[in-house]
Amino acid sequence: MRFIIVAGTPSSGKTSAMLHTIRHLQNDGIRVAACKIDCLETGDDERYRRLGIPVAVGLSDYICPDHFYVANLEEIWSWAEQQKAGVVILETAGLCHRCAPAVNGCLTICVIDYLVGIDTPKKIGPMLSTADIVAITKGDIVSQAEREVFRHQVTMLNPDARVIDINGLNGRGSLRLRNEILNHSPLEKISGTALRYPMPAAICSYCAGETIVGSPYQMGNVKKIDFGKAEVC
Amino acid sequence: MLKKISVLGGLDKDRRKESINRLDINAGEVLAVAGPTGSGKTQLISDIEQYADGETPTGREILINDLTVEEYTRDGISRGLVAEVSQKMNFVMDSSVEKFLSRHAKVRSIETPEKKIAEVLRVTNELAGEPVYPADNLTMLSGGQARALMVGDVALISNAPVVLIDEIENAGIDRLRAMEILKGQGKIVLLVTHDPALMLMSDQRVIMKNGGMYRLQQTTPAEKDIMKQLVAFEKDISRLRDYIRRGESIKHHNILKEIISNGKNFITLSA
Ligand SMILES: Nc1nc2c(ncn2[C@@H]2O[C@H](COP(=O)(O)OP(=O)(O)OP(=O)(O)O)[C@@H](O)[C@H]2O)c(=O)[nH]1
Ligand SMILES: [Mg+2]
Repeated sequence: MRFIIVAGTPSSGKTSAMLHTIRHLQNDGIRVAACKIDCLETGDDERYRRLGIPVAVGLSDYICPDHFYVANLEEIWSWAEQQKAGVVILETAGLCHRCAPAVNGCLTICVIDYLVGIDTPKKIGPMLSTADIVAITKGDIVSQAEREVFRHQVTMLNPDARVIDINGLNGRGSLRLRNEILNHSPLEKISGTALRYPMPAAICSYCAGETIVGSPYQMGNVKKIDFGKAEVC
Repeated sequence: MLKKISVLGGLDKDRRKESINRLDINAGEVLAVAGPTGSGKTQLISDIEQYADGETPTGREILINDLTVEEYTRDGISRGLVAEVSQKMNFVMDSSVEKFLSRHAKVRSIETPEKKIAEVLRVTNELAGEPVYPADNLTMLSGGQARALMVGDVALISNAPVVLIDEIENAGIDRLRAMEILKGQGKIVLLVTHDPALMLMSDQRVIMKNGGMYRLQQTTPAEKDIMKQLVAFEKDISRLRDYIRRGESIKHHNILKEIISNGKNFITLSA
């Protein structure tokens, strides 16, 4: 099975881009399954279901969606296998700039849009720098000049990635994404594969439900701001 | 150097062979793509942009300098060489025109950026109604100014050999001059439009129907004349608009007469 991870900032066009790509795969006679990981709510399942494919949803609720995601990869794999899928698309929530969803052996696509601003790629971190493919959407509403500078920023941060322009509205560019998916070798099993970059950590009292502000209430992995370099007024 | 792009015909929406089986576009030429909504304009552009090699739904194949995409890209030339200017596009960056252009020039490794930026601004101001200054903020430019700057930038800084101009009907820029500038830079210009004046500004036009390339027409000298009339007619209308917006009353002025006589000329010409 080919395991495709689709990560990216919220509302960047992940589902839109994948819907077009999945249609190409369906035309090739490939069975696709889709799973969406989100926090509290998602309407993406409905959109994927309209393609007539099996769809699953995982809501992380009070747990960090990134950790929830990695803890469920094996289960998502087995579910997709049961659906007899040749390709499984796993769309993540992508809520935090420190997300690190890339897994060895899985094709990892980072979807961002040109609207986030030219200096945002630098802030995105491992989600972008460890991706195999960076798909950039919403080029239809941003000037060519800014797109070229933006793409350059992306290439500087991840020189190995293939950068693809995708229009989530009309699907322009989605054929390349389909080709990338088909060129990616299927994975034997996901158990035992490794994350390309460690996930953001937090094992502290707030993880366990603490709500009161203040040092006496903090335990575990707590990191404090270093004000040493701050200017004195 | 990209000298020529050819589109080898594929299939229309009914899986029938499209009427045009080969379309050649040379550097420095403008191709207009016309046809009703849903007739396949976007797909044709998409095929060219993605350098289709029989794999897209239309089965079209793109040749570059008479080479297949595979042969052409083997020489290490990267894909995705289409720059775009459209009515829907905006500048979103909070920066001065000058700062941004120098940033773009840097990305393109241009050796004398100051000279280049001055040139872009000169071209921009040739196209736009109201002048653009180096210190202007990008996001504050008017629609016409922004479009003019986009054309200037695409012509002189962007290195894409193909420029797609999508629906710039009401952009408020000198479109004829814009075409000349892009052609002068040896660009291949693809013009998607519903506007007759723009269609006739091209060297040839392909008419799309039911997903296929249906007719290919070279623009004749007579059509070029009609286009010039149309442009003059549009200028008159915009003068009339300015006039009304200034608070003038039309009946005391002969502008309307002029427009009507221009219009009459145009109608006899095209009949
Ligand atoms: N103009 C434009 N809009 C787009 C494009 N791609 C997506 N959109 C719009 O952006 C919005 C968000 O798209 P989605 O596909 O839902 O984005 P997403 O990344 O899946 O969103 P979440 O899963 O909720 O994080 C929708 O309104 C889309 O229509 C594009 O290329 N151009
Ligand atoms: Mg989504």
